[in-house]
Parts: sequence; C-alpha cells; structure tokens
Amino acid sequence: MALATDTLTEIGAGSNSTLAFDVERLREDFPILKQQVYGKPLVYLDSGSSSQKPRAVIDAMSELLETGYANVHRGAYYFSQTLTDRYEGVRKTVARFLNAASDQEIVFTRNVTEAINLVAHSFGNSLAAGDEVIITEMEHHANIVPWQLLRDRIGITLKVVPIAEDGSLRLDAYADMLTPRTRLVAITHVSNVLGSVNPMKEIIRLAHKAGALVLVDGAQAVVHGKVDVQDLDADFYAFTGHKLYGPTAIGVLYGKASLLTEMPPFLGGGDMIRSVSFSETTYADPPHRFEAGTPPIVEVIGLGAAIDYVTAIGHDAIAAHEAGLLAYATERLQQIDGLTIYGTAKEKAAIISFGLEGIHPHDIGTIIDREGVAIRVGHHCAQPLMECLGLPATARASFGLYNTPAEVDVLARALEKVKELFG
Amino acid sequence: MQDVLRDLYQEVILDHGKHPRNHRHPPAANRSARGYNPLCGDQVTVYLETDADGHISDVAFEGRGCAISIASASMMTEVLRGKTETEAQQLFDDFHRLCTEGGFTTEQAGTEDREALERLQVLAGVREFPVRVKCATLAWHAMTSALAGGDETTTE
Ligand SMILES: Cc1ncc(COP(=O)(O)O)c(C=O)c1O
Repeated sequence: MALATDTLTEIGAGSNSTLAFDVERLREDFPILKQQVYGKPLVYLDSGSSSQKPRAVIDAMSELLETGYANVHRGAYYFSQTLTDRYEGVRKTVARFLNAASDQEIVFTRNVTEAINLVAHSFGNSLAAGDEVIITEMEHHANIVPWQLLRDRIGITLKVVPIAEDGSLRLDAYADMLTPRTRLVAITHVSNVLGSVNPMKEIIRLAHKAGALVLVDGAQAVVHGKVDVQDLDADFYAFTGHKLYGPTAIGVLYGKASLLTEMPPFLGGGDMIRSVSFSETTYADPPHRFEAGTPPIVEVIGLGAAIDYVTAIGHDAIAAHEAGLLAYATERLQQIDGLTIYGTAKEKAAIISFGLEGIHPHDIGTIIDREGVAIRVGHHCAQPLMECLGLPATARASFGLYNTPAEVDVLARALEKVKELFG
Repeated sequence: MQDVLRDLYQEVILDHGKHPRNHRHPPAANRSARGYNPLCGDQVTVYLETDADGHISDVAFEGRGCAISIASASMMTEVLRGKTETEAQQLFDDFHRLCTEGGFTTEQAGTEDREALERLQVLAGVREFPVRVKCATLAWHAMTSALAGGDETTTE
C-alpha cells in the first residue's frame, strides 16, 4: 500500500474493494482519455500536476449552470436558497472526507497555495520576531514563499529540515530543530517530486510536544490515500481540488475550530462580515470569516462531485491500484540503461522522478510527447529541492487512478526511443 | 522515429549539445550576462570580449541546459566572432525569425553574413515546437543583454 504508513488510516481487513477495481471501466468515466495526441492515444502521466476530470464532475458543474445557478448566501429566492444548501452540503462532504470534527472547520479557498497564505497571514501575523517556523527541503514553492514573506514582514526565523539520500525526511534532524521558540511546522504530507510520504503522525506528535502547531500541505496526499485529520491531530490541513479529479480554482483549508475562532480575517469584503459600519465592522464566525466575496460556487459543487466519485470507488482500492502501478513502473524503468530514479523512500506515493544519463529532461519531454506521453519536466515548483539534489531538472511521471500497466510500457518504449535518437 | 523529431534533433545539434564549442570562461572577457529560463531552470552565461573599435573578438559561454539551448549557444559562439554590436543584433533578429516564422528564408534576411545564417538553419526545427523557441534563443538573449549592459556586467 503506497500510503499505508502511520499517516494514513489503515485499510480495514476484509475490504474487498480492490477486487471491484476495474481500471478499464473507470477509464470510461474520463472523456479526455479517448483523445489522441499526434495520432497516438493520450498517455496521461501528469496527474501530480493536475488530474483529469470524470464525467460526474463535468456534469455536476454544467448541470448546475444550466438548471440551478444563482449566487449563494444572499437571495431570498428559490435557486439561491437551494444552491446555498448544496454549497454548504459540500462543506459537510469535505468534513467527512478529512474526518474533521465539524464542517465549520472547513474553509473554501482558491487552491492549496491560497490556503497556506491564509494561515501565513491570519495565524502568521500573530508571531513575533525570532519565533521559528520549520519547513523542509522537499517543499513546493507554495509552502516556502508565504513563510519567506512572513519572515520579511515580521522577522520570524525560517528553518529547513534536510532530506536523506533516499528522499525521505531526516526525522532526527527535525526533532533536533524543534525549540521552545518553534511556533509552526509547515510541511508537505507527500513530496510532489520524490513521492516520499512523510510520517506525519510522528511529526505532529513531536511538534505538539514542543508546543508548536502543524500545517500540512496535503496537495499530493489526499489523492493517493485516506487522510484523517483527527487521527493525525493536524492543526491545519490544506489541499487543492484540481489534483483530486475536481475543478481548478477550489481548494480547502481545514483548521481546528479553536484555532480558526481566534484568527483574524485574511481578505475583507462581502460574505465574511457580521455587520459593517464606518466606525466598526464585526466579522462572521469561521469558516465564513475566511471566505470574502462571492465564492467559487460552481467549483465547490464540482469538488463535491469529485469527492463523491473517489469515495465511491474507495480510497483503499485506489491506493492499492496505484501501489501496483508504482511497483511495476519502478521495476520497468529500472531496466532502462542509464535511467536514474530520484526518490526511493520506503514509503512512497505513485510519483516517479527520473533522469536519463546525458539527456536533459526537457528533451525527454519533447520527444515522448510525440508518442502521446504527457509527463512533467522541469523543477516542479521545487527549485530549492532541485538544488539539494544537485539537478537542474527532472522528468516526472505521476500516476492517477485511471493509469494502467500498459501505459507504463508505452512510457518505457518512448524512453528507449529518446535514447535511440540521442545515440 | 518521426521526421519532426529528426528535424529538431539533427546530428549537428546533438553533436554541439554533447560537445559544446567555446564552453569556457575567457579571462579577458569584458562583458557577460546570464540567461535564465525559469520554466526549466536552464541557465547559460555568455562572455564577450570586445575590442576598441567595437568588434567582438572573443565569445564563449558556460552553463547547463537541454540539447537545444546548449547547441544553440555553442553555434552562436562560432558565428559571432569579428562582428560589431549592430551586426550581432541583426544576426539575432534574423535567427529569431528563422526560429519562429514558417515562411522565412535566408534570402529575406537583413544580415550580410548569409553563411552564418545558413549554418544556424539547423535550429529552425524548433518552429514546430513553440515551447522550445525559448531554448534556442536563450544564449542569444544573454548575448544581447551583455552587449547592452556594457561594462556593468564585466565581472558577472
Ligand atoms: C505539494 C504541493 N503543494 C502545493 C501545490 C500547489 O497547488 P496549487 O497550485 O493548486 O495551489 C502543489 C501542486 O502543484 C503540490 O504538489
């Protein structure tokens, strides 16, 4: 199981959803997979960047626009009220998805980037000069830059936990870094480059022991396995809809009620207020306090449909399928002479970064694109990590629930062609 | 293998990509600039030595990148020597059109040095790969900013 660490809920014994997992049938749910690229069937191996959308999500959004669209939280008329109920219903869906104690702990944002920025402002601004925030070498820019901005605003100290040779986190170094001045640990659950799954439960336990809070960037984690924020005891947990088979422009911030209640607003405007006058404005309670302006209504409905879709298939089944793909792809790629895989942590999600000796990832990407294979090449919005690895860039294949071993074979053959071309 | 790929990755390009010419830091360089492609992290630094009457007497580069950007940088160093700033700029304009305009031929070029442009013709395959045009022109952009920056960029 790719994510069966202490960070994610174990699959119940006797679960037989794996048997029911029929990838060919599921592929039928994704209209785009029938597309051809340069006359070749599309082999989409870039779900780590953004995943494709099932019919259920596309339909939920277009049906809403055709039959029931209105603004939410405002109108005293039928469509506005029914849609407000559906919108708030998705909050409950997300709460169940993360096993939050209450739907009032679920804040809708534009993406995980905005969720992290929200915490960096509304919580971060309460920190004092010299307070410490800990991040890691494997963070996405989304979980680096907001803390650098906070450092520039109020003079916090930013500490960076190193990674080990295999791409796993140096837990020993992390433990040593925690001090009484540490106020927040902001860390990714799963590395978008290396695939490493961090032992989040232990990381959080250690932080709490030191008196620090933990914000988890779950962008890559919610996609590959079940996340239980209460079991983890996470203080904040953020993810993004478009990687979870949902639409763009919708993200989620989970925050413990006790924390959100104490936090001032992030953005100001309509929807987030209780009452406004020129002398004094009072703010709504969370989560609405953090949702200024007309929200991404259609996208929230789309996210709800996406979560319903993956929940119906089952986390266990998806995780098992992806673990199989990861194992097969690792073995298949390792057979290619001159190919190096970056990130070989024991706990790993279905993400493989690699390089071919003497050939730049950019050239790999261009050439296999002509075989219909879509992968990401470059620095993956993790330039500091690239520097740690001593690489300008990597090629990355990332797998979703709709990928097949046959597609791994197409990738492997395409890579052989790259080598052939380069002689 | 598809022809568009063979066109892009011609032998000459692969050769320059693997064995770049003038890949060094000339001690007498008086101008330099770094070209950076944030999309892929590629970077090249172009070094120029210009003499008293404004001719480029030496040109070299250092850096890392894809086959296209390194081959293009390497070939650039071979065609710029002896040119004035204006001539170098003119050659870049023509080369840029070569990389982006489908119907462009060397006859339409403004440069006097047709032979140089014909040698650079092997890079015209990037036309079919719009995202790779930046790779082919990276070193050239660095070269023009080195010229524009004058003495300020002397010691990187
Ligand atoms: C680990 C991680 N964090 C953050 C992000 C940023 O996601 P978004 O651009 O949707 O905010 C990504 C995706 O690119 C990611 O993989």
